[in-house]
Amino acid sequence: MTTSNKIIFDNVSKFYGEVLGVNRVNLSLPPGVTSLVGPNGSGKTTLMNLMTGLVRPTQGSISVLGLTPDQPEEFFRHVGYCTQFDSFPKGVSGFSFIYQSLLLRGLLNREARSLALEAIERLGMTNAADRKIAGYSKGMRQRIRLAQAIAHHPTVLVLDEPLNGLDPMARAETIALFEALGKEGMHVIVSSHVLHEVDKISDQVVLMSYGYVVAEGQIHGVRSEVKEHPMQILVRCGNPGRLASRLFSQDHVVEAKLNNDGKGVLVRTRDADQFYLLLNRIVLEEDFLLEAVAPADDDVNSVYQYLIGGGGGTV
Amino acid sequence: MSQPESSPKSRRDLPWSLWTSQLLAVLRIELRKSLWMRRSIWIYLLALAPVSIIGLHALLDHNANLEEDTRVFAYIFQFYLHGAIFFACMGLFTWLFRGEIVEKSLHYYFLVPMRREVLIVGKFLAGVLASVVTFGGSVLLAFIFMYGHFGAAGRAFIFDGPGLGHLLAYLGVATLACVGYGSLFLALSLVFKNPILPGIVVLLWETFHAVLPSLLQKLSVMFYLKQLSPVSIPPDGIMALFTVVAEPVPAWIAVPGLLCLCGAILVFACFKIRRTEISYLAD
Repeated sequence: MTTSNKIIFDNVSKFYGEVLGVNRVNLSLPPGVTSLVGPNGSGKTTLMNLMTGLVRPTQGSISVLGLTPDQPEEFFRHVGYCTQFDSFPKGVSGFSFIYQSLLLRGLLNREARSLALEAIERLGMTNAADRKIAGYSKGMRQRIRLAQAIAHHPTVLVLDEPLNGLDPMARAETIALFEALGKEGMHVIVSSHVLHEVDKISDQVVLMSYGYVVAEGQIHGVRSEVKEHPMQILVRCGNPGRLASRLFSQDHVVEAKLNNDGKGVLVRTRDADQFYLLLNRIVLEEDFLLEAVAPADDDVNSVYQYLIGGGGGTV
Repeated sequence: MSQPESSPKSRRDLPWSLWTSQLLAVLRIELRKSLWMRRSIWIYLLALAPVSIIGLHALLDHNANLEEDTRVFAYIFQFYLHGAIFFACMGLFTWLFRGEIVEKSLHYYFLVPMRREVLIVGKFLAGVLASVVTFGGSVLLAFIFMYGHFGAAGRAFIFDGPGLGHLLAYLGVATLACVGYGSLFLALSLVFKNPILPGIVVLLWETFHAVLPSLLQKLSVMFYLKQLSPVSIPPDGIMALFTVVAEPVPAWIAVPGLLCLCGAILVFACFKIRRTEISYLAD
């Protein structure tokens, strides 16, 4: 993959006076869905604003698909950004909000109208499109901003807390939309506090704390790097007691705990690969009937808790 | 997803065409904001002030003298420049960017494939158009009221005498005032979070520019506007004691001189907006 297909932060720092925004960030984000995770004030929004040129780095450089915001005519053809500012130009309807932003892109009236309607339909806002935004609910305002961000068909979509204010149905639909966009080869950069939701769709995560990138990469890779917290694996089987006793004799198994329902065992191991090999051997040797084997803490939420801790913000 | 803007119809390969269409889009949005918002009511009231005063004068004063009224009109126009046009431009042009920051909507402009310089020019032109239509219209109405009530003598003054020239000069001066103060207040709004204080400094500078050394007088918008006024008003009262008489500037220098000053201010504004960051909390 060439660098022109990536979003690259090269030793980027941003200070607001004496206040640290982000410090010494080095990132190389490939296409797909990337989640920015971290407590309030960890630098997620600053990172997104830097990416889109709304703020300038104090040090370092950023390129998005090989472009910088100093070339706005080219850069913003590829980039769409849904910020967390819940504000709009005064007196506009949902349709005219998107239509005007497309006209500012230099599109012809007909083309702008068609793209605006397409985006509005994609976010399920057709019925409310001609109403004034001032009368929208929070969820509707969020959706119309999302529609505005995707209306020009960007290849990089940056979304700051995009699920805020959405009802469960809209949330599920929006997540499905992000997933679909990621699969289409787009860069979708999402910051969210709703970890279990972004976890489902993230190809990679960037964990942030106090302006620093604590970990980045594919979630499974990040999890395996967290050595001080043994991996938890849940094994559902018919005879969990016997399995637990076999497993417990191994050095890398720290804990083997029977499930409350008596139909499984939760194992904590320092070496997941060794554990899976051992499990295969036991199954073959002792003719165990396994129902399911799944990592129990191989998700963004757990990694977040291990690396950043629960006290850092809303999770 | 497809890229609609990279289609053969795209204007990105033709920057002038792109800039023109973006400029028109900015004008369309900003003119609507400047002319039709409830916030603009006080500007209309300011603009209507001389029309009302002269209208009342035309209705009530039946012994008016055309020559004296010509001088009265010049006085009223000078107050109009100092008061109404100055303050209206201050409100209108500072709000072009400061208003977007207060309402947290400037980022929408910064996130489209448009040079920020185009945004400056678009917003400035929208402000100039809105203010020229408002104040030019007001000057025109006031002029009609002032000379209309003289009947045949008034018509003769306008069409056979110097009246039409005066009208064109007043309209030109009002337009140049909008351009000059507009550029100044637009630039100030990008530099200061609260442009009221620098606005007061500018007001003092513009009011007392006549007592400054002649070189500094040339950095004042009012200096050029006075040169272009059709009826000159000599300084009176205490100001007359301190006035420094600067060498008069002919119109062919005054107009380009003022436009050059505005151009320089707008270039500064373009430079400033390129470094502008979106940080609404700090503002």
